[in-house]
Amino acid sequence: MNRTRTAWLFLTPALLVLGVFFILPVIGALGLSLTDYDLYALADIRNLRFVGLHNYWALLQRPLFWSALGNTFYFVAVGVPLSIGASLGSALLLNSPLARLKSFHRTVLFAPVVTTVVAVAVIWRYLFNTKYGLVNYGLAGLGLDPVDWLGDPHWAMPTIIAFAVWKNFGYNMIIFLAGLQAIPPELYEAARIDGASGWRQFRHITLPMLKPTMLLVMVLTVAGYFQLFAEPYVMTEGGPLQSTVSVLYLMYDDGFKWWNLGVASAVAFTLFGVILAITITMLRLMRRREPA
Amino acid sequence: MTARRRPARASRWCAALLLVGLAACGAPPRNQNTLTFWAMGREAEAVTQLMPAFEREHPDIRVDVQELPWKAAHQKLLTAIAGDTTPDVAQLGNTWIAELQALDALEPLQPYVARSSGIQPADYFPGIWATNRIDGTLYGIPWYVDTRLLFYRRDLLKAAGFDAPPRDWAEWSRQMAALQARAAPGHYAILLPTNEFEQLLSLALQQDEPLLRDGGRYGNFESAGFKRALAFYVDIFKRHEAPLLANTEVPNPWVEVGRGVYAFYFSGPWNIGEFRHRLAPAQQGSWATAPLPGPHGPGAGIASGSSLVIFRHARHKAQAWQLIEYLSRPAVQQKFYALLGDMPPRRSAWQGTALRSDPAVQAFRDQLERVKPTPPVPEWERIVTEMQLVAAQAAHGELTVDQAAAEIDRRADAILAKRRWMLDRAHGERR
Repeated sequence: MNRTRTAWLFLTPALLVLGVFFILPVIGALGLSLTDYDLYALADIRNLRFVGLHNYWALLQRPLFWSALGNTFYFVAVGVPLSIGASLGSALLLNSPLARLKSFHRTVLFAPVVTTVVAVAVIWRYLFNTKYGLVNYGLAGLGLDPVDWLGDPHWAMPTIIAFAVWKNFGYNMIIFLAGLQAIPPELYEAARIDGASGWRQFRHITLPMLKPTMLLVMVLTVAGYFQLFAEPYVMTEGGPLQSTVSVLYLMYDDGFKWWNLGVASAVAFTLFGVILAITITMLRLMRRREPA
Repeated sequence: MTARRRPARASRWCAALLLVGLAACGAPPRNQNTLTFWAMGREAEAVTQLMPAFEREHPDIRVDVQELPWKAAHQKLLTAIAGDTTPDVAQLGNTWIAELQALDALEPLQPYVARSSGIQPADYFPGIWATNRIDGTLYGIPWYVDTRLLFYRRDLLKAAGFDAPPRDWAEWSRQMAALQARAAPGHYAILLPTNEFEQLLSLALQQDEPLLRDGGRYGNFESAGFKRALAFYVDIFKRHEAPLLANTEVPNPWVEVGRGVYAFYFSGPWNIGEFRHRLAPAQQGSWATAPLPGPHGPGAGIASGSSLVIFRHARHKAQAWQLIEYLSRPAVQQKFYALLGDMPPRRSAWQGTALRSDPAVQAFRDQLERVKPTPPVPEWERIVTEMQLVAAQAAHGELTVDQAAAEIDRRADAILAKRRWMLDRAHGERR
């Protein structure tokens, strides 16, 4: 009994902080999403109405919500595999016994993660400028036509994906590197004695041994990529033709531009539901494939 | 509450000290008469240069100009109102006045104007002054004005057989058709960026019908007048006299007008400076400005710009009013125009040589006599944003004019639902 009480005593500070700064705001936001809190309610709380699930229902009928969801899925579906591929590839290169100046390269590859999005986005906007950008300069050198990277509705999202992948792959690379270093070298030694090629070693040793790391990285990356906001906010402001409006961007517009905090909270909880459903599905699928 | 009144630099130091973990932060000397003045973007930079003269005239007042970036200003203002940390005076885009008034954040200014010798309402352009009145009460004093009109290539128009810019829609249509007939491939009669609402809004304000009906309860976009404006706008795109481009895709419209890619450019006063700055001296004679043509003769334009407001919770209202009076003096407004090119809202300020001798600004002077305010409802900015999104779809040919008008009404009515409920409830209570 005494031990239990001591344990709770140790937990109290953390629980207090969590409760005040996380659980209470979440409950508050959930309550807010059931009301029509807006500018008028800010002026006078008597203008607040309880609307039940109306915000959610109206959201499902908004074409912009569906196109924002589509844009977000596009970003996740293309961005996550690319990002994980880039992370795994660079981790393998860094982990190779042939690699030189490892800590230098590790630092350089990790550097984009710790730079600020806004500062880097400004530079990327220059790189991808239609007329003066280095990227189109390179294309012209290859004899290709210039591309309106951030102004063409078909190219804006790929450009944002490239930016996000470059910005984020270093983080997962570090996690993969730790996972790779934890694989016992004896396994590779045995495989080499058995005459396994480099590719077969990767398929039958590296990948299975990395599976727990991979699962962690996938869950983190998918959840992170669904919350796409800063990249379109600084690079395209949601345009052209609303082709880079993500769900979170929609929430920002509703909440902070138009001050419809009720609707914005409903968007937030809907996005939470989507991320939760996808994460659970991913965990289930990975677990099922595991040999019993 | 007292920390709010300290100069910004001091609080920034406090924040920095807190960050490195030093709790001590000595109280800086507090000046009872420090006015906090929120201004946006370039205006903030320019107005800072006007403050030393004001402080010399009023040695007991110090002005702390705090700069807000335009992009974050709206959000910052609402947050300040929610948190009761509003400044004394602020520059406010005049379409935001209705919104802040709905939050009961602004001080009515009529009593101040009545006592003032410097500010005479009759000296102001009536359309601009009207944007500052909500339900008959005055909440802001116009600071500078902005409207949209035509920039055009005089030589191209001449080559197409026209000596003067258009005065009505029919003539304008004829000129655009003639220009387009002579245009090289990839050249257009006019540039109307599809993501800017000001152009269609200007055409819509030229109609007799109001844009909202029943006291701002419903959209009125299915009126014959709005449909006429929308059809005129959409037809320009249908006849390929304007490209379907957003302004993000035309990073340098000035050089392109200089190259003759566009013969007309429907835009605002800041372009005067841009054209002078970016076109070669030899080309300076080729461009000019013209007031907006209307359906039957010179037409109305939009009345945008910024006003100066005093917040209801300001602590130095009398001093704040002195600052507004100072900034409204014709001589100070001329200085402000010289610094920035922002056009003054009062006729007497236009008597200055810099404005009177400049041919490019005369069209604006003329247009400002015919500007009209937009409906003073807090939801207006959202409605006009939706209007343009739908209009762009119509320009792309995805909707007919009738469908687009009905869709704009549908969206406007949805946005105004809460306002209807509030007005009806207030009406019920009064009964």
